[in-house]
Amino acid sequence: MIWLDTLVQGLLLGGLYALFAAGLSLVFGIMRLVNLAHGDLIVLAAFVVLVVVEATGLNPFLSALIAAPALFAFGWALQWFVFNRVLGKDILPPLLVTFGLSIALQNGMLEVFSADSQRIRVGALESASVDLGLVTVGIMPLLTFASAVAVIFTLNQIFYRTALGRAFRATSDDPVTASLMGINPRSVFAVATGLAMVIVTIAALYLGMRSNFDPSIGPARLIFAFEAVIIGALARFGAR
Amino acid sequence: MLETHSLTASYGQFKALFGIDITVAPGECVAIIGANGAGKTTLLRSISGVLRNAPGMVVHKGTPIGTLPADAVVQRGIAMVPEGRKLFPSLSVEENLLIGGQVRRGDARWTLETVYALFPILKERRLSPATALSGGQQQMVAIGRALMSNPELLLCDEISLGLAPVVIRDIYAALPRIRETGAAVVIVEQDITRALAVADRVYCLMEGRVTLTGPTASTTRDAVHAAYFGDAA
Ligand SMILES: Nc1ncnc2c1ncn2[C@@H]1O[C@H](COP(=O)(O)OP(=O)(O)OP(=O)(O)O)[C@@H](O)[C@H]1O
Ligand SMILES: [Mg+2]
Repeated sequence: MIWLDTLVQGLLLGGLYALFAAGLSLVFGIMRLVNLAHGDLIVLAAFVVLVVVEATGLNPFLSALIAAPALFAFGWALQWFVFNRVLGKDILPPLLVTFGLSIALQNGMLEVFSADSQRIRVGALESASVDLGLVTVGIMPLLTFASAVAVIFTLNQIFYRTALGRAFRATSDDPVTASLMGINPRSVFAVATGLAMVIVTIAALYLGMRSNFDPSIGPARLIFAFEAVIIGALARFGAR
Repeated sequence: MLETHSLTASYGQFKALFGIDITVAPGECVAIIGANGAGKTTLLRSISGVLRNAPGMVVHKGTPIGTLPADAVVQRGIAMVPEGRKLFPSLSVEENLLIGGQVRRGDARWTLETVYALFPILKERRLSPATALSGGQQQMVAIGRALMSNPELLLCDEISLGLAPVVIRDIYAALPRIRETGAAVVIVEQDITRALAVADRVYCLMEGRVTLTGPTASTTRDAVHAAYFGDAA
């Protein structure tokens, strides 16, 4: 039953790529910003979670919970002070800025964390598995997949059930008319990028627990995220 | 309540308004007429904050608001029904109304219920995507969406655009009920007869300047004709 095993493992791994993609897709859907630094932001978040683990001794899941608000604030500020200044009709400036940010992040992380590869350790959970009869699956891939489903489900609820989601969709449709409704598109964008960073934190947690990471692996994660968005045709949130 | 002082506006190199002075009193209905390209939409976009101006060019209740962004202007009680309706296609009819009510001012004169009472057809279609409605129904959504913020001043840009006469009549039938709430209304209208019939005062724009102003009761069609097309006509 090797083929079934491959299929199941592949499916579960898809959960990780869906997590990579969800943040990218959220930001693109709302403000048409292609964030070329997305992969590096995932690596940055993994380092932040690792730092929290090492500083507090808490388990990685709790550490990610602590890191998430800080990374939300970081995403909010990144949008407010940097990306909002370059968003406009011309799509080139945001591409250049996020490309520059990608390089800056890689080098900054190299400076601070060195080129050594790191891992977020979760002890026995790393190798735990359940026997499902025909196949045996690891607990970690299962958790990753379940988290991806939960993230996408939650995003959907936010988009279609809350006032914030309504503001996301309206701003995505037409920022000028949205501002006539009392919405400040720039702060909607800032909240969206903050939210994307929370998803990035979840993606980073599973990335860091699954395999080694170092400051240089961001761009490859970006490619996976792109593939999930484009080949997988994952719906763009907020856009029709 | 609202005044503009030598209001100018341009799109890049192109000047669209050359010193417009208008006033709107509380509860008043003012019509703005003028040929295509006269600058009517530009004037409303300047008041509503979509276009920024010098601070003193737009004054609301004694406060200069010319530089305020649109989201701050609507919070002051000035709502706009934009030209071409501009409904949000990703939102249902009801969500379009709700988003208009995201800024809620004072007592809730306008709620989903009162807007549905004003335009009953919208209640039936409340779950449809906004842009799946007929043109007239879409215009009702656009008006209801602006009302949801309980404005003291409602700016309406060509609410009869592209609609059949019978539908236009239905839409204009809502106007007295809107004015009952005490709101002032500015109406941009191509149909001069209708504009003169519903408004208290009229301004006629031509090529970015006011060419005629006065109470509608004492404004003759000949005067409008001259102001509309210039003296040569
Ligand atoms: N976005 C824009 N960029 C450049 N020029 C513009 C823009 N919008 C309007 N204009 C120009 O400004 C002038 C005034 O336009 P405006 O839309 O205010 O006229 P209007 O009176 O509303 O006309 P209509 O009756 O056709 O709606 C026109 O000459 C128009 O070509
Ligand atoms: Mg116009």
